[in-house]
Amino acid sequence: MDLAAIVALNVVNGAASLFLLCLGLAIIFGMMRIINLAHGEFVMLGAYAAVIAANAGINIWISMLVVAPLVVGLFGLVVERCLVRFLYGRLVDSMLATWGLSLLIIGLTTTIFGNTMQGVPTPLGGFAIGNYRTSWYTLFLLAVALGMMAIVYAVLRYTRFGLIARAVMQNPDMAAVLGVNPAHIYMATFSLGAAVTGLAGGVLAPVSGITPVMGSAYVAKAFITVVGGGAAIISGTLSASGLFGFINQLGAYFTTPVYGEVILFLSAIVLIRILPQGISGRFFKGTV
Amino acid sequence: MTKIPPLLETRNLTMRFGGVLANDGVNFSLGEMELRCLIGPNGAGKSTFFKMLTGQLTPSEGTIRFRDHPIDGHPSHEIARLGIGIKTQIPNVFNGLSVRENIWLAAQRKTTRNAARQIVDEVLERIMLKDLAGAIVGQLSHGQRQWVEIGTVLAAEPELILLDEPAAGMTDEETERTAEIIHEINKTRALIVVEHDMEFIKMIAKTVTVFHQGRIMLEDNVEAVLADSRVRDVYLGKKVAA
Amino acid sequence: MSDTVKLSAQIAAVLVACIVVAVMPLYADLFQLMQFTLFASMAVLALSLGFIWGFGGILCFGQTAFFGLGAYAYAVAAINYGDSTPAILCAVIVPALFALALGYFVFYGRISDVYLGVITLTVTLILFNVFNSTAGDEYTIGTARLGGFNGMPAVPTFNMPFDPTAILYPEDSWYVTGGALIAIYVGLRLLLRSRFGRVAIAVRENETRAALLGYDPRVVKLWVFVLGGAIAGMGGALYVNWGAFVGPTIFALSLSAEIIIWICIGGLGTLIGPIVGCFLIQYLVSQIGSQQSFNSNLVLGAILIVFVLLLPQGLVPTLRNLVAAGWYRVSERRRETGHGQSRQMTAGQPVGAE
Ligand SMILES: Nc1ncnc2c1ncn2[C@@H]1O[C@H](COP(=O)(O)OP(=O)(O)OP(=O)(O)O)[C@@H](O)[C@H]1O
Ligand SMILES: [Mg+2]
Repeated sequence: MDLAAIVALNVVNGAASLFLLCLGLAIIFGMMRIINLAHGEFVMLGAYAAVIAANAGINIWISMLVVAPLVVGLFGLVVERCLVRFLYGRLVDSMLATWGLSLLIIGLTTTIFGNTMQGVPTPLGGFAIGNYRTSWYTLFLLAVALGMMAIVYAVLRYTRFGLIARAVMQNPDMAAVLGVNPAHIYMATFSLGAAVTGLAGGVLAPVSGITPVMGSAYVAKAFITVVGGGAAIISGTLSASGLFGFINQLGAYFTTPVYGEVILFLSAIVLIRILPQGISGRFFKGTV
Repeated sequence: MTKIPPLLETRNLTMRFGGVLANDGVNFSLGEMELRCLIGPNGAGKSTFFKMLTGQLTPSEGTIRFRDHPIDGHPSHEIARLGIGIKTQIPNVFNGLSVRENIWLAAQRKTTRNAARQIVDEVLERIMLKDLAGAIVGQLSHGQRQWVEIGTVLAAEPELILLDEPAAGMTDEETERTAEIIHEINKTRALIVVEHDMEFIKMIAKTVTVFHQGRIMLEDNVEAVLADSRVRDVYLGKKVAA
Repeated sequence: MSDTVKLSAQIAAVLVACIVVAVMPLYADLFQLMQFTLFASMAVLALSLGFIWGFGGILCFGQTAFFGLGAYAYAVAAINYGDSTPAILCAVIVPALFALALGYFVFYGRISDVYLGVITLTVTLILFNVFNSTAGDEYTIGTARLGGFNGMPAVPTFNMPFDPTAILYPEDSWYVTGGALIAIYVGLRLLLRSRFGRVAIAVRENETRAALLGYDPRVVKLWVFVLGGAIAGMGGALYVNWGAFVGPTIFALSLSAEIIIWICIGGLGTLIGPIVGCFLIQYLVSQIGSQQSFNSNLVLGAILIVFVLLLPQGLVPTLRNLVAAGWYRVSERRRETGHGQSRQMTAGQPVGAE
């Protein structure tokens, strides 16, 4: 019974982290049809921002939940203006350029901060379920994931920006009809996606190794989850991260963590083959 | 007396795009060596019909038989090998390759090297692009690209040829030339031609099928169709009445 | 440029390459020769992706999967047989079969570009994870231990065909590697002139039209992909021959990225481009590596961005167009003086309007 509870907690936690990791990429992919291969590096920058801020004496919660998204959001703005805006509608080129960007960021970070960095301890203690110990932080991650989901949903559903963004998502020409400049929407969307990614990096910092190449561990997972989820940002990412997180954790539980990943990747390939439009393209048409 | 089966026959052919019924229960039949014109206002479903015939779309419902062979939902290349060739509405050619290469690709699939070369020369002559044989197709005009595409269709020597708006973007002279070629082809092959240009239709047509809102509204000889008031209402009013 | 000019340029390039390969050992010291051997084996990998991407329209983000499988297949077979001859064969066949299975799965599912990229990338990650966790003794094939993250050291290098006692010297290895590169280039050139090659290009140009003419794009792409896998596997064998070692980092994402950079820089849609890009970038990276002041990721990333934004065609096509435009201008001027009439319009001819 305790074991079941702990496995369930792990599964939920796996899905929640995956969701957090993917949400920013999904926003950018879903609304702009750009695949940001520097996504992993955005996560890494979020983690660095949080760790550096925390080590500089800023409250750890503020570092994770405010500094990280702010820094990466601003960075995303710069990237959109200097790079991505030249590549709209050129999917393959945008992948190549953002892949270049990812290398550039890794190189810069290595040059400035070296190959490793002192992380921050995991805040909040642990608690026990029967004989098994786990940390409150796991539950915190879950709460952040739920919170983010609520916020993004509310923004897309109830704000003017959300309305316009959804219109642009359906049809780029709509924006002109609504009297807004699509360039502004794209700019805002990209930096929003970056900020969300930065937040993910921030809250994952205490539970990850902080290195310049930490992003490459995330990018592929996020990439396939988003593609597997399809174009709908919330329902797609949620269903795909739920499914993949579940498969990953169960696989890891019954075999080894490495094979858990392998099983995750294999099932992702099969899913993409069966549903090229992603889960949401098949089952949740027209949702956000 | 045994009846000759039709070359092409569709039963209850239906195509839905979400809520749009682009084709709605089309029962269409074409005899061997027949030349049929297909007309209808924009959005009537003519191109969609062609796409189902050539395997670019899988029908939502209904069947297509080509010489008594079911082909609905089969991949395009299989249908092409059975002998259906199409010139699509938007020029659909190999833009990065030369005119000669485009034609050669169509000709070479089922013949020997020398026969293919001969076909290419003949077709180039026929579509009057001999001087531009080495030109890259992507750099030609819209009208010339149409000719290249017609050339590829001819070079493949199909049993049934579908032409979607062949005269669009052509000069009057070229239009006449197209009509000539169509008559020439029709001596040995069947054709279905979609066109909006009524003058052109008058030049070539025997039997005309009128599409309206995804259905066959009328099918008769060309004079009767052009005289029909319903056809004028949905489509021709502005052009013929003038 | 006319076909004959192109053909003679290609033949000239092959002749020059043959001469360079032949005389290199006279001019380069052992270290340099080894380095060029490495570059050439990587260039085989570059060529494999340049072929399937540039001429088959298949953007594979995981070409290292085949390279790595070829390397491992070679290593396992070479250790077991003690002779490199069957091992090289394995290095080609194993990845080709793998490409056949993967390609069948992908191309027969009507999967578009991006998804193909995702799937191939994912496959590479799977292979990395799998080979990384083969540390135990239970992961032994015949007498070859896969060795997990430590990889497989001391793999027998190439020997004369069917004569395991006659191990090749570094000079011989250079001849073999450089020669293989040239042979594969020539083979691909011939293939592209054949019926199959021209159909493959047609499929890349316009899949729908190819299908409407009766060609099955799935089959064509599948064979292109399989051939690319086989060539990449050959590259893997050459790579192991260079270092006598293979480890799971051969599947690393960074190498996949690097191949794509080579091709973007050299020029997509050419066969020479990927080779040129590969040699240039590897030389650059080796220079950076010995200087220690620059980070190679930084330089590579910047180069890739610059090329995608400013020189999306890559070096070889850009140069070719410049030469063609120059040629055009010269011949135009000759005609001008000949006929005594001015032709203002042609001066503004866009570069690349060949
Ligand atoms: N891929 C598609 N997705 C959604 N709707 C489509 C698609 N293709 C066609 N339609 C719709 O189906 C209907 C029929 O289109 P179709 O192109 O067959 O008309 P058409 O008769 O060829 O018109 P035109 O004379 O303008 O070429 C139209 O309402 C069109 O908007
Ligand atoms: Mg149409």
